[in-house]
Amino acid sequence: MKYTAPTKEGYFGKFGGKFVPEILIPALEELEAAYEETLDDPVFQKEYHDLLREYVGRPTKLTYANRLTDHYGKAKIYFKREDLCHTGAHKINNAIGQLLLARKMGKSRIIAETGAGQHGVATATACAKFGFDCVIYMGAEDMERQKLNVERMRLLGAEVRGVHSGSKTLKDATNEAIRDWVTNVENTFYIIGSVVGPHPYPMMTRNFHRVIGEETGEQIRKSEGRDPDYLIACVGGGSNAIGFFYPFIENDMVKMIGVEAAGLGADTDQTAATITKGVPGVLHGSLSYLLQSEEGQIQLAHSVSAGLDYPGIGPEHAHLHDSKRVHYYGVTDEEAMNAVKLVSEKEGIIPAIETAHALAFLEKLMPTTQKDEIVAVNFSGRGDKDMKTISDWFA
Amino acid sequence: MNNHNGRITSLFTNRDKHDKVMSLFITAGYPNLEDTVDLVLGFEANGAELIELGMPFSDPLADGPTIQEASNVSIQNGITIPKIFDMVKQIREKSEIPIILMGYINPVLKYGVKKFCEEASKCGVDGLIIPDAPLEESAILSKAASNNNLNMIYLVAPNSTDERMRRVDEESSGFVYCVSVTGVTGAREGNEVADSVSMFIDRVNKNVTQNPKLVGFGIKNHQDAQVISKKLDGFIVGSALIDTIKSNYPNNGWQENVFQFVKELKYGNI
Repeated sequence: MKYTAPTKEGYFGKFGGKFVPEILIPALEELEAAYEETLDDPVFQKEYHDLLREYVGRPTKLTYANRLTDHYGKAKIYFKREDLCHTGAHKINNAIGQLLLARKMGKSRIIAETGAGQHGVATATACAKFGFDCVIYMGAEDMERQKLNVERMRLLGAEVRGVHSGSKTLKDATNEAIRDWVTNVENTFYIIGSVVGPHPYPMMTRNFHRVIGEETGEQIRKSEGRDPDYLIACVGGGSNAIGFFYPFIENDMVKMIGVEAAGLGADTDQTAATITKGVPGVLHGSLSYLLQSEEGQIQLAHSVSAGLDYPGIGPEHAHLHDSKRVHYYGVTDEEAMNAVKLVSEKEGIIPAIETAHALAFLEKLMPTTQKDEIVAVNFSGRGDKDMKTISDWFA
Repeated sequence: MNNHNGRITSLFTNRDKHDKVMSLFITAGYPNLEDTVDLVLGFEANGAELIELGMPFSDPLADGPTIQEASNVSIQNGITIPKIFDMVKQIREKSEIPIILMGYINPVLKYGVKKFCEEASKCGVDGLIIPDAPLEESAILSKAASNNNLNMIYLVAPNSTDERMRRVDEESSGFVYCVSVTGVTGAREGNEVADSVSMFIDRVNKNVTQNPKLVGFGIKNHQDAQVISKKLDGFIVGSALIDTIKSNYPNNGWQENVFQFVKELKYGNI
C-alpha cells in the first residue's frame, strides 16, 4: 500500500502537528522551506552522503548472528550494526544532516537535548567537525548515569547544561532546549534527536535515518535474496526504529515490531511503555501517545535505559500503531539486562541498554518463527556508555 | 443570549486611550488553592481590569522559572480544572471583571474540548489563551469556544510577519496579545524590553486593526508598563507579580504588600 505520510500540515494520520508558541512558527516555516530545498539540491545531498561514508563510516555492516541463531534454533538473526557508526550509535546520521541544514540557513549556534547522551555526543561531534558553538541540555539524573558521555561532549567542546527541573531526565532537557530556542530563535538551530517535536522535525529526522533501512534492504537482498520477515527495533522517541522500518513500510510481507521500555512492567507506574499505556495528548510540539494523569499532567517515565526514559513517542509511531502496520510491545528492565549479557556472550558485541530492549524481544518472538525465516534487529548502539549501569546491575 | 458575552469588548469600548488597561496573570492555586479568589478580588480593587488565570501544566515550555515554579506549587496543591472553574464561580459572585483562562492545550484536550468550553462559559469565563495552540492547530478549539461565546486570544511576536499579524487579527476576538520580546515569560533586567520593542509595536499598529492590543512579557513596573504600552491599549504583568507574591508569602500582611505592588503598577508611586 502506498505510504505518503506526513501531510503538508505535518500529520501522520491524526498525530503530529505544530503545537508550539507563536514565536516558533516563523522558525518552523523557515526550517521547512530550507529542508525542502535540500531534497533537490545535489550539492547538499552529495556532501551529506560523502560525510556518511567518509566520516560516519557508512554503510554499516549487516552481521549474521550465528551463535544467537543457534541458541534459539529457529529463524536466522541478523544485526544491522549502527553501533559501528562513528560515536557509537545511529544518532550521528541525523546530527550531521541537521547540522548541514543549520549551516545552509546561516545559523551560528547549535542546541540539542540528550537522554542517554548519544544524541548529545553526535551533535557535539558534528559541531566540532564544522566549528559551531554547541550547547547540550541534559537531565541531572541522566548526567549521573551517563557520565562518560558528559565527559565526551565536554572534550568535544560542547557546553553541557544540567537540567534540574521535573524528573531531571530527557523530558525536562527537551523543555529547557525549547525555552532556549524560543529565546535565541534568530541565530540558533535546534537539532532534535528523535522523531518527536513539531513538524517538520519528525519527518526530517526520519528521512536522515532512512539510510539505515535502505542499506539493510540492499544487504539482506544480497545475502539472502529477499527482504526479511521481521524487523525489530527499540523505541523511545523512535528515531532508529523509524529509519529502519520506513523503507520497508510498503512491503506488507515484512512484519515490524517496535519494542518499548516497560521499566518495572507496563502494568506498574514505573514504566516508559508509552504506546502500551499512554493516551493521545500534546507534548513538545506534537500530538501523540503520552503517559499522563487523569488531569492531563505528563507523568514521569521510568526505564533503566536513559535513552528510552521518555513519556512520549514520535507521532509517526502512534500512527503506525493505530493503523496496525507496526506492532509495539514492552520489555522490562530485567529482560533487557539479561539480553545485554546473552548477546555479549554469544556474539561478542556489547549492546547499548536501549538496543538490548529490541534484543530481549527475541525471547518472545523466536519460538514462534520458522527456520527458513529471517529476523533483522537494528543494533542501534554500543554499550560502552552503559558499563557502570551494567556492572552495578550484575554486582 | 449569554449574559457574560462581551465583558472583554466592553472594557475597550469608549475608553480614554491614555488610560491603559492593566491585565494581571496569576497561576490558579498559587500560593494556595484558597488564595486565588481573594487575590483576584484584591487585584481588581487595586486597579486590575482584566484577569488571566493560569491553568498549571507539568511541562510549561513557554514559561520562565517564575511561572514554572508557581505551576509546580499549584499542581502539588492539587489544582484541577474543576477547581479552577469553581474559583471563577466564586469570583463571579462578587465581580464582573473579565476573566481569561490561560494554559497549555494538553490538559484541555484530556478534559475534552467541548466539555471544557461549555463549563468554562457557564461559570463565567470570558476568553481563552492557549499559547501552544497557534492558528495552525486551533481549529479544534475555536469552534467550541465560539459556540460558547468565549473569546479566543492569539499572540503576535516580534518575529511574526506582517501577513501573520493580519491573520492573527482576523482570527482573534477580545484582544490580541503582543509578546514584546522573543523568549519565555519572566521579568527582564534594565531597559531590555523598552529598547527593543518600539519597531515591533509600530508593525503591530499597522497590521492589527480590528482588535484592541495588550502587550506582555518582561514588564516589571509602572515605568516599563507606561513606556511599552504607550501606543497600545494596555499591558499584561505576570511573572513580576508572582515574584512579588513569592518574596512576601507567607509573612504577615503579605497580601497587602502584593496589592500595594499592584496599585503601583497601575498608578505609579503615589
